[in-house]
Amino acid sequence: MPIIEVQSLYYSYPGSKEPSLIDINFKANEGEFVVISGPSGCGKTTFCRALNGIIPVSYGGEFKGSVVVDGLETTKHQVYEIAQKVALVFQNPENQLFCTSVEREVAFGPENLALSREEIRCRVDEALEMVGISHLREKSPDELSGGEQQKVAIAALLTMRPKVLVLDEPTANLDPLSARSFLKLLARLNEEMGVTVLLVEHRLEMVSHLADRCVIFDGGKIVLDGPPREVLYSDTASRLGIGVPKAVLVAKRLKLQEITKAKPLTSWELADLVRGIKP
Amino acid sequence: MIRLEDVTFSYASSKPALSHVTLEISDGEFVAIIGENGAGKTTLVKHLNGLLKPESGRVLVCGVDSRETTVATLARKVGLVFQNPDHQLFAETVEKELAFALVNFGMPKEKVSEKVEWALEEFELKQYRSRSPFLLSGGERKRLALASVLCYDPEIVILDEPTTGQDSRQKHRLASLLKRLNEQGKTVLIVTHDIEFVSDYIPRVVVMSGGKLVADGPTGECLTRLELLERASLISPQLAEISWDLGLKSPSIDLDFVVAGINEMIRGLHG
Repeated sequence: MPIIEVQSLYYSYPGSKEPSLIDINFKANEGEFVVISGPSGCGKTTFCRALNGIIPVSYGGEFKGSVVVDGLETTKHQVYEIAQKVALVFQNPENQLFCTSVEREVAFGPENLALSREEIRCRVDEALEMVGISHLREKSPDELSGGEQQKVAIAALLTMRPKVLVLDEPTANLDPLSARSFLKLLARLNEEMGVTVLLVEHRLEMVSHLADRCVIFDGGKIVLDGPPREVLYSDTASRLGIGVPKAVLVAKRLKLQEITKAKPLTSWELADLVRGIKP
Repeated sequence: MIRLEDVTFSYASSKPALSHVTLEISDGEFVAIIGENGAGKTTLVKHLNGLLKPESGRVLVCGVDSRETTVATLARKVGLVFQNPDHQLFAETVEKELAFALVNFGMPKEKVSEKVEWALEEFELKQYRSRSPFLLSGGERKRLALASVLCYDPEIVILDEPTTGQDSRQKHRLASLLKRLNEQGKTVLIVTHDIEFVSDYIPRVVVMSGGKLVADGPTGECLTRLELLERASLISPQLAEISWDLGLKSPSIDLDFVVAGINEMIRGLHG
């Protein structure tokens, strides 16, 4: 059974003339790493908000179809129930952090679940360790860099032991080195903890080779959905002007069957293929 | 013309945020300032509209020493667009936001609405005219902040991280707009981490690291110097990386050039 199942989802914000999501059908299996991209204003953020039920619960508007997360239909359950399944990370970590120390921030979720002291301590230690920020425990979130803050946000969510992590452009405000390290962290969490990852990201060159699947939105619809290689080499992808990795552009321009067939996504994949070309 | 002569600046008692920086940018240039977090990029541009004054050395903007003028005077010449649009936007509607500076500068009414219409069109914000800026998406707010500065036609335009949250089509649009402004004789300066944007569109690059200027030159040359990129903790442009991974004779950040290099290499493998 898929961990997320979205059927015929239609959504329009209150007062908006145009719908933001039109006939979305989407499934994700447990443990999948899905990268979501598309032009801005295409419905990616709205889609993320629909996954943990804050759309329509907090936003109102017109909502049709269904979103089922781990067996719970979002409109038939409270946001706090869904929130234990789906954790949402926003673009700007400042909007999410509010405690005076990293440790308190990370402990906030499990404290609210009224877990025992030992259990809270154990979850906090584990989350800090997992994300690699144990050394920041005593710091105040506002003295941290953007990359560190984003890691605190994710550690705080991991203590809730979510099955699904939904991240809406989490690296938009990070410098490239922090972005790369953050994306690698996601790939590791996905692999080691088996958490399902849905990541909205423009920097496809950094993430497409780490993902199992790539979904492209345009005009409130899903226009492409498949393995990253198939999606990024498609004509629709180049037409939409999403950030196709340069390795893909180069590979296409070489017009060599051995290369276009293998569909390399990174510089090293491309280099290996070029070196392997037989006369 | 922008000129920094041996500029040093520190925020508190800590080590200088800018250390002996000398830099000259002629009228009508298009330059990117790059470097890791804390390299001094933003500190540098805050010197250009007088928000910060050098501790030692001099900053000359259009021939005027920044210490001998006010931010208000410099602001007419130097338009600075901040990294976070929320630090800049405040009006009730998109339209009012765009008109604010123009009205303040005493521009006649017809001219104001002409400029506002231009900006709404140019930045694809027409459908949001009466909406609150805070109901726009991140990328849209970013475009609005830029539009509100370009509206009043400053001679020098400085953009701090203009591409964050923008998709590649918008980046392309932004680049062509900046190029057009540049062709009209405006000096365009961007501060950015977006190495792909720089390597695709911007001819000259200034590299900062630890408050110092460590390189200044044509983008294609600077961004294919691996040791420089590593020293400045920068990530390499994808095309440079492809060049290195393949061991191309002349690494490049130009797509045509890299494709030609690979084709030549393949012919060589078979020769």
